[in-house]
Amino acid sequence: MFKIVRREEMSGGTVILNEIEAPLIARKAKPGQFVILKANETGERIPLTMADTNPEKGTITVIYMVVGKSTALFKSLAVGDGYQDTIGPLGKPTHLENVGTAVCVGGGTGIAVLHPITRGLKQAGNHVISIVGARSKDLLILEDQMRAASHELHVCTDDGSYGHHGFVTDVLKSILEKNKIGLVVGIGPVPMMKFVSKMTKEFGVKTMVSLNPIMIDGTGMCGGCRVSVGGKTQFACVDGPEFDGHLVDFDELMLRLQSYCGEEKECYEEFCTLKA
Amino acid sequence: MAEKAEKKEKAPRQPMPEQAPKVRARNFEEVPLGYSPETAIKEAVRCLQCKNPACVNGCPVGVDIPGFIGLVKEGEFAKAITRIWEKNSLPAVCGRVCPQELQCEGQCILGKKGEAVAIGNLERFAADFARSRGECELPVQSEPTNKRVAVVGSGPAGLTVAGDLILKGHDVTIFEAFHKPGGVLVYGIPEFRLPKEIVFSEVAALGDMGAKIELNQVIGRTITVDELFEEGYDAIFLGVGAGLPRFLNVPGENLIGIYSANEYLTRSNLMKAYRFPEYDTPVIKGKHVITLGAGNVAMDSARTALRLGAESSSIVYRRSREEVPARAAEVHHAEEEGVQFHFLTAPVKFLGNEKGRLTGMVGLKMELGEPDASGRRRPIEIKGSEFEMNCDLAIIAVGANANPLLTSSTEGLQLNKWGYIMADEATGKTSRKAVWAGGDIVTGSATVILAMGAGRKAADSIHDYLSRGW
Repeated sequence: MFKIVRREEMSGGTVILNEIEAPLIARKAKPGQFVILKANETGERIPLTMADTNPEKGTITVIYMVVGKSTALFKSLAVGDGYQDTIGPLGKPTHLENVGTAVCVGGGTGIAVLHPITRGLKQAGNHVISIVGARSKDLLILEDQMRAASHELHVCTDDGSYGHHGFVTDVLKSILEKNKIGLVVGIGPVPMMKFVSKMTKEFGVKTMVSLNPIMIDGTGMCGGCRVSVGGKTQFACVDGPEFDGHLVDFDELMLRLQSYCGEEKECYEEFCTLKA
Repeated sequence: MAEKAEKKEKAPRQPMPEQAPKVRARNFEEVPLGYSPETAIKEAVRCLQCKNPACVNGCPVGVDIPGFIGLVKEGEFAKAITRIWEKNSLPAVCGRVCPQELQCEGQCILGKKGEAVAIGNLERFAADFARSRGECELPVQSEPTNKRVAVVGSGPAGLTVAGDLILKGHDVTIFEAFHKPGGVLVYGIPEFRLPKEIVFSEVAALGDMGAKIELNQVIGRTITVDELFEEGYDAIFLGVGAGLPRFLNVPGENLIGIYSANEYLTRSNLMKAYRFPEYDTPVIKGKHVITLGAGNVAMDSARTALRLGAESSSIVYRRSREEVPARAAEVHHAEEEGVQFHFLTAPVKFLGNEKGRLTGMVGLKMELGEPDASGRRRPIEIKGSEFEMNCDLAIIAVGANANPLLTSSTEGLQLNKWGYIMADEATGKTSRKAVWAGGDIVTGSATVILAMGAGRKAADSIHDYLSRGW
């Protein structure tokens, strides 16, 4: 069993942080890599990109949004409980290099994945400008951590309850217009990554996105996580999870993420009925 | 004497009792029901006990076939299984999934004029007997050597290496990337052909003999080969399987409702999606299902589709019936259950709706031309023969490419141009000292027993190295 040693609720309980004992993974993991978690015998294998690792303590941290049965089951685990299976680190680590000025754009729980990459880019000597967004102020996560990891932080909310009233792309546009940017990293909901990539393409700025498609094994074996990148099929688990945002077919990815919406609903409803 | 031999030859091969096709096509219970002790003895009596048994030559792991059959004939079932275990640590698996008609039974002298002895059925009988009674003697283990062996992958190759080396007194640890041991025996081969409980019990038997099994460890990621040596392992066997599923590279292949056979079978078998929502992993249950390819994996997929409620399940294969690579029994079972075969048909593209879901496939008729590099007649397109097939689920079962996950993280390992590990055919030795490889990561997609044969050779060579040096 992989024990949960710390648990926090964010965004009014819709987003959960778990720090998990997994010394072998913590020793090896680098920013951008993911793990697969399975709560119990009958559970699904769920891929989650790590938000942090602590090699000395032997722990890894994941932050996820509760969206269905499996994440609801994860949420029900308390400190001292554990995951039956934790596998990783999987995927290629982020290529962290000094490009001069880098812009990190995060939305929703994507900010959790973006945070270690932001920190890594700063450590690599970049001037780092970050833009984080959420639907409203109380749904925003890791603001302080992102501020610490960046030289400059911009906050946006869809409803204007905090920071800039509008989308991250609004702020990104003005930054791209005023600065020479070497790299943009965009991690968040697929539509956000799509529009970030569309904008940076107009400015000709290299853009990296981190994808989280449906997968089973995470080692290249099932092909369920295939995405079209520059017209070629790539497996997010072994070729990614990070790809050139200008080449990713986001529309296809969005459709594929809906593969099991009917089944997910059935499963979640049954789970909620049982719990009630 | 002559009269007696003639009498033996006339005894018919005992048929394997099976679930009726219409019934079994809708459940996941095992299809063949197994011999009773009486039937097993009747079948064992048919064996001529040849002095130079051709069947043994046909067995990649060299089981003493006349020896164990002789014991079955005497009713000494427990001794029969001990005899098999000396050469084969997975008899309950092999009795079910080996292509016997090409191996032991294909060599049986009785088969020249009539029907071969049902060696596979007898092996299965002996193994199942042992499992249900649990009173059988394990083969004798040698004194501990204090040499440590890491076996990477717990599929048929890895389990064979582990079984052999544990008997020889070595300290064996098996590393498995998945959360369950067994590799393809568990994620790939369906329950109705190989109940998972059987695999777990054969793996548990290795555990009883002292093998350690580390699950959830992806060698190359969680731990590297170099780190295994640093941890003190004296020898490493790589049996990680082929890995990356091959796709067709035709338009529409990423529509929802198109799976690699690996994904479809892993969802259903390993993750038990056929018991959704009791198990959380879903699988798309097509009404009209097309499987591309005609190997064992394709048969498993097409038959799984029926059990998941498909109204029609079709195999689409670009060559003809004669070139079908699947085991004869699998094709026979599939046909009995109602799987339809479309030979000489190639996929051109997949069709979908506005939600990105599969609605059909355009196929193209083929004809056979001259033999190609594989010795099989090359299928050639018949121009203008395109036609549409209605389907809401398609499963691509056309083999796999080499998975680079382990090989790209391991230095000094020579690969061939397709990315498979180069290993000596006789010993399994790789270009790197103290590292062996075998199974699909060396040969590309093949059979369980061939992987086991490679495991056997590697185990012999590893033992030799641990006793005498590289």
